[in-house]
Amino acid sequence: MKRTVPLMIVMVGGILMMLQYFIPHQYSQVIFNNYLEWAPIVGAFALILGVGSLTRLHTHKIRRKAKNWQYSWAVLIPLFGMPLFGLIIPQSLGGGSDVHGVHDFLFMHIQVPIQSTMFSLLAFYIASAAFRAFRAKSALATILLLAAVIVMLGQVPIGDVFGRWLPNTGLWILRYPNLAAKRAIMLGVGFGMLATNLKIIFGVERNWLGGAGK
Amino acid sequence: MYDTIGIWVGAFFTLAIYSFLYKENPVYRLAEHLVVGISLGYTMVLICNTVILPKLLVPLFAGNHWILIIPGLLGLLYITRFIPSIAWLSRYPIAFIMGTGMGIGFPLTMKAYVLRQLEAAMIPLYASGMPWYEVFGNIVMIFGTLAALIYFFFSKPHKGLFFGTGSKVGIWVIMLGFGATFGFTVMGRISLLIGRIQYLLGDWLHVIE
Repeated sequence: MKRTVPLMIVMVGGILMMLQYFIPHQYSQVIFNNYLEWAPIVGAFALILGVGSLTRLHTHKIRRKAKNWQYSWAVLIPLFGMPLFGLIIPQSLGGGSDVHGVHDFLFMHIQVPIQSTMFSLLAFYIASAAFRAFRAKSALATILLLAAVIVMLGQVPIGDVFGRWLPNTGLWILRYPNLAAKRAIMLGVGFGMLATNLKIIFGVERNWLGGAGK
Repeated sequence: MYDTIGIWVGAFFTLAIYSFLYKENPVYRLAEHLVVGISLGYTMVLICNTVILPKLLVPLFAGNHWILIIPGLLGLLYITRFIPSIAWLSRYPIAFIMGTGMGIGFPLTMKAYVLRQLEAAMIPLYASGMPWYEVFGNIVMIFGTLAALIYFFFSKPHKGLFFGTGSKVGIWVIMLGFGATFGFTVMGRISLLIGRIQYLLGDWLHVIE
């Protein structure tokens, strides 16, 4: 019951879904359509696990007055405030309809700026990483450096100052050698995914069972 | 008023994140924690509005989709993870999602990651009227893909004409690809940075149009 039944569910579900792709019969379509309705419902409940774990972690920190425990309130208040203002009291700040509610305000003016700034922050770190990694110490490092410089300069107006050859070369690198490398990596990833899929379906890979209840 | 307060709040948190460039500080830490709470809270609202309500509760309470009790109960089994004595029950919904997901994923992966890639790599090297750099590019792409695949093939030692030379050419192609990807990523991040600076100088301070 604890391990065999889940492994059976995986095997039967996996084989059934694999077969339905190759057998476009109306019965297999019914199974697939039902799956499309059921899967998001089952998957949605997994969110409870995430919210539960995060809440437990931060309430624990607050209760024990652990280091930086005050910041845990900054997680918990919006965590439960967002559903409160988004689902239960979705009134606007002006008191009218649900346009410009607190939920939208928190998302548009806190979440969006913070996330895009965090990604833009990577521009600084990627530059310092490049400074350390891009030393033309060997032929391979020089190729890496040249390809990056040509692609970068090829995409900004200053690249045209050196002549049209620079943006064209940058485009050529992106279109041919870059694609060759990407395609080889993609094929490798694809074969890896296929092998992992089969290993999970046939119960060879069982790490996903975890250790809950043994 | 709403927009003005929003822009000031947005500018405050933008600067809070950039303050990390100097060193980690309480304002940055506040912003970091807020974004975790808000994004998960937002996901909760989104999941409720797009899945739980329209796909489960509304049809269930309408009284004609009793079969939906099964995925509902299966999903609820996730919660048993918090009760150690029956935590093993949470494996059932995981098994359902895992098994069906793997089954659906197998043919799709085969199609997108293998067959389509092989198909796209099988192109004529030359066609009439094709400029020289495209012909050269096609040669680089086809033989580069093969060489890079040889580099990733670890079952044979990289020695001799085929495996030795092939893997050497392969690593050159891979380095060109990594360099190009790095350059492309940097440009993406720089454009995000420009976007934030435009927000600060334009929307907030009105220094630029």
